[in-house]
Amino acid sequence: MHDVKTEVALDSAWSGGKSPFAIGSKKLGMWLFIISDTLTFSALLVAYSYSRLTNPDWPRPFPIQPAIIFSTTMTIVLLASSLTMVMAVMAAQRNDRKKTVMWMVATMLGGLLFTGLHLTEWFNMITKEHFTITGNPEGTPLFGAVFFGITGLHMTHVLIGVIYLGIVAVGYGRGKFSAEDVEVNGLYWHFVDLVWMFVFPMIYLMSVKY
Amino acid sequence: MNTQNHAAEAHAGASVGTNLAVWIGLVAITFLEVFLAYEQLNPTLMLTILVFLSVLKAAMIMAYFMHLKYEKFGLVLLLIPATLFCLLMMFIFFFQEPGRMLLMRPH
Repeated sequence: MHDVKTEVALDSAWSGGKSPFAIGSKKLGMWLFIISDTLTFSALLVAYSYSRLTNPDWPRPFPIQPAIIFSTTMTIVLLASSLTMVMAVMAAQRNDRKKTVMWMVATMLGGLLFTGLHLTEWFNMITKEHFTITGNPEGTPLFGAVFFGITGLHMTHVLIGVIYLGIVAVGYGRGKFSAEDVEVNGLYWHFVDLVWMFVFPMIYLMSVKY
Repeated sequence: MNTQNHAAEAHAGASVGTNLAVWIGLVAITFLEVFLAYEQLNPTLMLTILVFLSVLKAAMIMAYFMHLKYEKFGLVLLLIPATLFCLLMMFIFFFQEPGRMLLMRPH
């Protein structure tokens, strides 16, 4: 049994008695994961930027038509899926389970469409333009490792996000998960979108074929 | 404090209109980036402009879509300065010797 003084201390913001950041542990955990994943992607993108600027024979495999138009479409699809995720979180906060699940399914479809478009692009690059992870006909072989490595890691995050969305949508629909779970899921999805906001300009737009 | 209570205390957050405006802004910046790709700028200048625009888009996503603008300021202080510090540490190598990258180019 604690005395009154101890109980007051435990209830203070920094003693563990209260949440100092006024958020749940799941949400704080997701934010910390996002920060660590940010550093993973940042390390890759910094290494890419260095390689890009130091290699004068960096390949430029992306003509405006069709490659840049195609990747811009992918960007808009991913941005749209972020907007549907915002709608899902707002519906969850209103406790509207049906609409929450509907918006989450729309977000999943956006993620799947993005992945489908991305795989189509990969397929074309590998089979028609002969770009592989170890070489290409246009310049430094480093391009393949960077391009497939960074976009592949991002695509993996998108696919994991789609599975995560599916699990939370089913759980929330059945009343097993709370609105906070949907919000935490939303944080992950927006992070995936945020990473693409760096990948698209730095990798695609820096390698446009004129 | 249990998680249900946190959910019940749902943050006010942005309205649908504000989120839609942010989304339109993100799409507009994306089109601006694509327009810049037409301009055939010097790679270093192009990379600098694109990184600046990407940071702007990331800030918009974090502030509105990820609700960071509506969270307690202590959370922002916990997350952002530490991340920026780590990123700056990465870039120390990038700018350590400005002429080094040019010297590394094959002649």
